[in-house]
Amino acid sequence: MAKQYETVIGLEVHVELATKTKIFCGCSTEFGGAPNTHTCPVCTGMPGSLPVLNKQVVEYAMAIGLAANCEITKICKFDRKNYFYPDNPQNYQISQLYLPIARNGYIEIESSTGRKKVRIHEMHMEEDAGKLVHDEWDDTSLVDYNRSGVPLVEIVSEPDMRSAEDVISYLEKLRMMIQYLGASDCKLQEGSMRADVNLSVREAGSEELGTRTEMKNLNSFKAIARAIEAERERQIELLEAGKPVIQETRRWDDNKEHSYAMRSKEDAKDYRYFPEPDLVPIVISDVWIADIKARQPELRSEKLERYKKEFDIPQYDAEIITESKKMADIFEAAASVCGKPKKVSNWLMVETLRLLKENSMEPEDIRFSPENLAKLVNLTEAGTINSSVAKEVFEKIFAENIDPETYVEKNGLKTINDEGALKTVIDKVVKDNPKSVEDYKSGKEKAIGYLVGQSMKAMKGKADPGLVNKMLREILA
Amino acid sequence: MCKKVSEETIEYVGILAKLELSEAEKETAREDMEKMLDYIDTLNELDTSGIEPMSHVFPVNNVFREDVVTNGDSKEEILANAPKRKNDSFEVPKTIV
Amino acid sequence: MDILSLTALELGKMIKERELTAEEAARAALERAKAAELEIHSYVTLDEEGAMRQAAEVQKQIETGNLTGPLAGVPVAVKDNLCIEGQLTTCSSRILSDFKPVYTAEAVMNLQKAGAVIIGKTNMDEFAMGSTTETSFYGPTKNPHNPAHVPGGSSGGSCAAVAAQECWYALGSDTGGSIRQPSSFCGVVGLKPTYGTVSRYGLIAYGSSLDQIGPVAKDVSDCAAVMEAIASHDPKDSTSVKRKDYDFCSALVNDVKGLKIGIPADYMGEGLDKEVKDAVLKAADVLKERGAVVETFDLSLVQYAIPAYYVIASAEASSNLERFDGVKYGYRTPDYDGLHNMYKKTRSEGFGAEVKRRIMLGSFVLSSGYYDAYYLKALRTKALIKQAFDRAFEKYDVILGPAAPTTAPELGKSLSDPLKMYLGDIYTVAVNLAGLPGMSVPVGKDSRGLPIGMQLIGSCFQEKTLLRTAYAYECATEKIYETAAVIGKAV
Repeated sequence: MAKQYETVIGLEVHVELATKTKIFCGCSTEFGGAPNTHTCPVCTGMPGSLPVLNKQVVEYAMAIGLAANCEITKICKFDRKNYFYPDNPQNYQISQLYLPIARNGYIEIESSTGRKKVRIHEMHMEEDAGKLVHDEWDDTSLVDYNRSGVPLVEIVSEPDMRSAEDVISYLEKLRMMIQYLGASDCKLQEGSMRADVNLSVREAGSEELGTRTEMKNLNSFKAIARAIEAERERQIELLEAGKPVIQETRRWDDNKEHSYAMRSKEDAKDYRYFPEPDLVPIVISDVWIADIKARQPELRSEKLERYKKEFDIPQYDAEIITESKKMADIFEAAASVCGKPKKVSNWLMVETLRLLKENSMEPEDIRFSPENLAKLVNLTEAGTINSSVAKEVFEKIFAENIDPETYVEKNGLKTINDEGALKTVIDKVVKDNPKSVEDYKSGKEKAIGYLVGQSMKAMKGKADPGLVNKMLREILA
Repeated sequence: MCKKVSEETIEYVGILAKLELSEAEKETAREDMEKMLDYIDTLNELDTSGIEPMSHVFPVNNVFREDVVTNGDSKEEILANAPKRKNDSFEVPKTIV
Repeated sequence: MDILSLTALELGKMIKERELTAEEAARAALERAKAAELEIHSYVTLDEEGAMRQAAEVQKQIETGNLTGPLAGVPVAVKDNLCIEGQLTTCSSRILSDFKPVYTAEAVMNLQKAGAVIIGKTNMDEFAMGSTTETSFYGPTKNPHNPAHVPGGSSGGSCAAVAAQECWYALGSDTGGSIRQPSSFCGVVGLKPTYGTVSRYGLIAYGSSLDQIGPVAKDVSDCAAVMEAIASHDPKDSTSVKRKDYDFCSALVNDVKGLKIGIPADYMGEGLDKEVKDAVLKAADVLKERGAVVETFDLSLVQYAIPAYYVIASAEASSNLERFDGVKYGYRTPDYDGLHNMYKKTRSEGFGAEVKRRIMLGSFVLSSGYYDAYYLKALRTKALIKQAFDRAFEKYDVILGPAAPTTAPELGKSLSDPLKMYLGDIYTVAVNLAGLPGMSVPVGKDSRGLPIGMQLIGSCFQEKTLLRTAYAYECATEKIYETAAVIGKAV
């Protein structure tokens, strides 16, 4: 019988914090921007420049640490991690090794094997690196320091996960939590959330950990799942062939669905950490911790209960909407404007989710304003437009955030409720479709649907189909 | 009590520090480091058990800045000293093979 | 009148009273420098055009009443590890041979606000690593009192420039004695302030936890006035300390009655040159005569300061100097094959031997397996040294001793044995480890005419006590040891 293997996974998750400025200087953290336009002497490592810590970074880190059930380190410090690479302007990264801001936490996850805790070993603050762009034709790379110094927290879990499902569940939980705290938007594609996977396999039942590898460059949940599967198989194959697993860092290529070792003799991996002399210790008082706790925004479970009560929406709706902070924010704002929470919820749960899926987008990518959604609900409820027109208009709102009132007006999409005009159209439809009229009269109820459809078509969709139905029945009676 | 600093150590430290030493320089570096380490080892005469390592002399702590953007686009100044520059970026030898 | 022999405050007063203009002062300094440089080489860059431009601007500001400070219009020289926007700042290294900073160091900005006219950047040991100014890529500076000797280091250019009257005062930096030792060798007054008193923003770091910028001056009053100008709380430097007592000139009181002075026995023992010892003890006697209580005591741990210092300073330096890699600024080797080869060749060609020696040592003591044994051990030793000083300052107001074991060595005699050179820092490095203020004051000359300095060490934030002690000494001796050097035919 073939041996059974167990996969053991720990994660190192980097999250970019949602501060306005970088961790050690007053440069903007705004995404995009022409190369090196968000830089200064500090974040480009100019000689003589010195870092000064952004207080908001500490507060976001504390909030995340507390939400992940960690102990906050009362006296925490920064250390220098030394390694040469051009995206790192000082050739050292200011990070935390000896006294990270938070330790010993856990996150509860749910997967098909039930609920379990994934323990957090530690969480620390550090600065992000710049961006390297490689020239295809030339033997050069170009360095842009706009991202250099953007604040990060790195959350290091214990090796408590056993499957890709566990990992995705953990990441989704972490992401939701951090988004709710407002500490980051956690977008994998844009790199504001990045996960490195530490994976080893061992024979089922064994207590000892196998040799692990670290997998980098995982840009989506799908890539993470695929990389875990591939690495598990690769390691098992090695073990079955009696070959050792080498402890190394591997880079995942999602297009080739294959990873390769990142190795270099110039890469000694000896970071020579020592306390950063240019920064002073951070002393965190109980008062400060209490203050962060008090200022902590509503968490998902609290929001869910409140929505059910305050907006009287079903449990199911509340669950789906609160799954993403962005979605919940839109819901709440739109519902308050139009006063019709269930209608807003329907738009979010059906059309919005459909469009997100079709466009492979995350809720965080939604660009339309809650006001425009509220206006659409009002237009529909007032009967100004019918539901099929409304769907069309919503697609425009979703794509371009148009103002539905102006749009409906401009494109003449209002429902025609003028019975005289409608009667003229319906009379013509009745006259042109004698067969259907006959079918209806002989009791074939379905035929009325065809006649309604023809009338709506003649009205270019701008009629209330209910009214058309009623009028047809009267005419044919 | 000479501490033997090996040639491999010098090679290894050279990789860490990104310094390329000639054979003669390596030998001098090895001898210098041995001498210095012998001297530094006199610290072992001191009993420092129970003493906290002191990185900052004064108890200054919690020095922060507020999260307010103060810097604008100073791309030209930042790139002004670049030994090699291209497309408003710093040009380096290709980092991936 | 020979305006070169005036002190900075005397010159400032004349400018203020319109007896002289800032331009005349700048021109005099430049003329003098141009002549003296042939022999002394205090400067890496002498900025004739910029100096005259600044002088004209400052003069205008003085005339409109916008500049009223005591140093307005007085020419100053700045050590070449302090950034000045648009002005070549080399750290006396090849690797920064074409570097023009895009911003100005806070201490220099403070001087500019006080109306200083910067006439040039002074030579130094490369990246402040050295005790003789011989490790400069641009060649050594000579001691103005005897050009066959070194001026000391690393702020040798700044001290030589003041001694040779090539400027009225200068800024230096002190990581292990780099202001006090060359001040002693050049017969000028130098002060290393308490760590955190002068902003390090814009000072190209050597050992970040030890570096402080300080004045090099012709006399104690000038030294106090410069301190008043440069000291400030700077939000750009996280280690900058907010103080209430920036009025350093108020300490210029000729009174040491009852002042308790301790002389560490360990500072006066083996290895100390007889002539230096005699001059320092004689200076202590002068203070005693003026009413100070002078005692000898056991400071302890003195021999451990140098090994601890070289571990900490080299470790920090190895990291601080990583940024010099040919990517963002400075020198890049012309021929290379790939990224790592570019790094290695750039750094190996760009740094001199002493800098490489310290980078290697620093990288080693931080490397895997050695961190605890070397780096943490050194930080624990530092804690003990700080405690020893704390105990001493429970009993004494001032610690008095020599600034260096000898007077200035001859050129070319020091670099061949680095360890021996490091031992010359024995009286100064502990002060940096403990973050304390230290001052060097001229107290005599040896039989060869080379100046001797006395070092005064204070408890943290007690610069004023040092200034008062030095001022009282200066009044008692009528500045006989603070005379300028006589240089060749230039005078």
